[in-house]
Amino acid sequence: MLDRFSATAWTSTPFRLAALSIAAFLLTAAGIVGFLFWQTNTVLTEQVLSSLKAEVAELRRIEAGGGVAAVADLIKLRSRPEGPGIYFIADQRGTKLAGNLNRLPPELDVTSSGGVFHYEPATGVPGAKRLAVAIPVRMALGTQLIVGRDIEEQRSYANRMRNVFLLGFGLLSLAGLAGGLGAGRLLLNRVEAINAASRSIMAGDLTRRIPLEGSGDELDGLATNLNAMLDRIEQLMNGLREVSDNIAHDLKTPLNRLRNRAEAALRDPRGTNAHREGLERTIEEADELIKTFNALLLIARLEAGVLDENTETFELGRHVRDVADFYEPVAEEQGLMLDVLAAEGPSIVANRHLVGQAVANLIDNAIKYGVRGQPQGDPSAAAETDKSIRVSVTAQKDTVEIAVADRGPGISEKDRERALKRFVRLEASRTQPGTGLGLSLIAAVARLHGGTVRLEDNAPGLRAVLVLPLRRPAG
Amino acid sequence: MRVLVIEDDRETAQFLQKALKESGHAADLAGDGETGLSMAEAGEYDILIVDRMLPKLDGLSVVKTLRGGGVRTPVLILSALGEVDDRVKGLRAGGDDYLTKPYAYTELLARIEALSRRAVPEEQETRYVVGDLVLDRLSHRVTRGGEAIVLQPREYRLLEYLMKNAGQVVTRTMLLENVWDYHFDPQTNVIDVHVSRLRSKIDKSFDKPLLHTVRGAGYMVRDGAG
Repeated sequence: MLDRFSATAWTSTPFRLAALSIAAFLLTAAGIVGFLFWQTNTVLTEQVLSSLKAEVAELRRIEAGGGVAAVADLIKLRSRPEGPGIYFIADQRGTKLAGNLNRLPPELDVTSSGGVFHYEPATGVPGAKRLAVAIPVRMALGTQLIVGRDIEEQRSYANRMRNVFLLGFGLLSLAGLAGGLGAGRLLLNRVEAINAASRSIMAGDLTRRIPLEGSGDELDGLATNLNAMLDRIEQLMNGLREVSDNIAHDLKTPLNRLRNRAEAALRDPRGTNAHREGLERTIEEADELIKTFNALLLIARLEAGVLDENTETFELGRHVRDVADFYEPVAEEQGLMLDVLAAEGPSIVANRHLVGQAVANLIDNAIKYGVRGQPQGDPSAAAETDKSIRVSVTAQKDTVEIAVADRGPGISEKDRERALKRFVRLEASRTQPGTGLGLSLIAAVARLHGGTVRLEDNAPGLRAVLVLPLRRPAG
Repeated sequence: MRVLVIEDDRETAQFLQKALKESGHAADLAGDGETGLSMAEAGEYDILIVDRMLPKLDGLSVVKTLRGGGVRTPVLILSALGEVDDRVKGLRAGGDDYLTKPYAYTELLARIEALSRRAVPEEQETRYVVGDLVLDRLSHRVTRGGEAIVLQPREYRLLEYLMKNAGQVVTRTMLLENVWDYHFDPQTNVIDVHVSRLRSKIDKSFDKPLLHTVRGAGYMVRDGAG
C-alpha cells in the first residue's frame, strides 16, 4: 500500500490538484505583491523627486538674488558628510565649487531631467556604494549643479520586503503542498479501497461491496451508488443463472422424453431393421444435440461464474500427464505420438475437473487436426512428416503454461482470434465431428481461473497454450 | 428389485416405470418431494431414483432428510444440471450416484444395478474370478488359464472395475467416472480404445471371449456367450 502510494504520488490526482492550486495562488499573490511594490516605489520616488524639485526652485531663487556664489555658499553649508542631501556644483570648466560629491557622477546624464546613480560617500566603509537619485540643473555661466538624495535606505527596505515575501511564498507553497498531499493521501486511501473492491468484483466475486466510511461525504455517496449498481448486476446475473438453469431443465426434460421414446421403440420387437436403423440414428443425433447443449450451458455458467469452493490443490504436471495418458491409445490409433514433457508440479489451486476438461479438449483437438492435410498437399510427404504431438507444462514466475503443439495444418494468423469464439468452425475442420465449442470451452475455463488461451504457429502446425495463474496453496 | 422413482415429469416417470418392469424390477412413482419422502421413509425399497428439481421439496432436501433420519437406501440423483459442481453437491447431500438428464435408459439401469449391489456389504474380496480369468487384488497379478498377463496400471484398474461388476453392464460413462475419475465428455471414443487394448491382452489368444461389448450400452465381463 505504501509502495503503491509512493509510486503514484507524483502522478496522483490529489498531487496534481494541489500543485495546480498552489501555482495559481502563487501567481496571483506574486502579481498583487509586485503591483504593490511598484506602486510604493513610484510614490516614494515621486516624493523624493518633488522635494528635490522644491529645493531646486529654492536654489534658483537664490541664484537670481545672489548669483552662483550665493548658491555655492548655501550648498557648502548644506553639504554635510552624513545626511541624505547630495550636492555638487562646478563651474563651466568642470572645477568643483562646493558639494559632498567629488565629481560629477558618470552614470547621470546631465541633460536629463533626473536619474539614479551610485556614489561612494565620504565617510563610512570605502568602496561601499550607495544609491542616490538626483536632478541635474544648468545655471548661468555654464555652472552645473546637481541636487540629489540618498535612497539607499529605501532600497534596502524594499529588498528586505522582497525577501520576506519570497520566504513567505516558499513556506506557503510547502505548507500548501504538504496539506494537499495529506488530504490527497486520505482520499487516495479511500479510492484505493474502492479499487480493491472493484478488482475482486471483476475477478468474479459479485457478492463483494465497497466499504462505506459513514461520513456521508461525496465518496460515500459514490460508494453507495456503486453498491446499488452492484446489487442490480448481481440480481441480473442471478436471474441469468436461474434462466439458464430453467432452460436447461425445460429443454432437457423433452429431450429426455424424445430419447426415451426412441429407446422404447427400439426395443419393440415389431420394428423392422429399417426402423431400428432410423431410431439409432435419431438417438445419435439426440446425443449430439445434448452434447452441444451441455457444452453451451457449461460455457455460459463458467462465464457468469466464480471460482469458488470447488477448487482444490493438485499437482498440475501429473494431472496433465494423466489426461495425456488417457488419450495416448487414441493418438496411437491415428498414427500420432503423444510426447509429454511435464514434471509432477507445479502445485496449483484450481478446479481440477475443469482444468482436466480443458486439457482433454486441447489434446483431443490436436489428435483430430494433427493428422490432417499436409501443407503442400503432397501425399508422399505425409509419411515423412513429424507425427508427434507435444504436450508440455512449464511453470513461469506467476503463471503456468500448458502447451499442446501438433504438426497439423495449423490455423492461419487471421483466423486464430475467431477460432476461440463459440460455434466457429474453420473451413478446414468442417468435416470433423465436434460441436465447435471445444476451444471456446477452453477459453471459458481459462477466464474463470483468471488465465488466457493463446494460439501460436508451431511452424508447421498449431501450438495452443493454456495459461493459468499460479495460485499457490495458501500459507 | 423394488425401485421408488421420485420425478415430477409424469411422462418420464411412467416411461421409467414401464422400462424397469420390462427389466424385471418393480417401480413405484411419487410426483413431488413430500410424497416421495414419506413413501421412501415408509416403504421397503432397494433403490431410490430422485429427480433434483421437484415441487414442494427439492430432491437434495429429500435425500438430506432421509440420510438424517438414518435411511441408508442407495440413491441415484437425476438432474438437468450436469456440472461437476452440481454433481459434488448432489453427492455431498447423501446421493450415491448422479446422472445427468437426458440419459440413456441403459445407463440408468446399469447404474442402479451397480448401486444395489454396492448396498450389500462388500466382503473384502481379494480375488475376482471370471471363468479362467483371475485377478489377484493383493499382488495385482492377472492370470488366464494359469498364464500370467502383463497389464499397464490403467488396464489393471479397468479390468478390476469390470470384474468387480462381472455379469453386469458397465457403461462408458461409468468407466470414465470410476476408473479415471473424469467427469467430462472426452469428445472421442477413448474408452472404446482402452477397452479394445485390454481385450487384446485378455481375450485375443484364447478361444472363449470374456470381455463382451453390449450394443448400445457398454461392456460386460462374463463367462459364457455374449
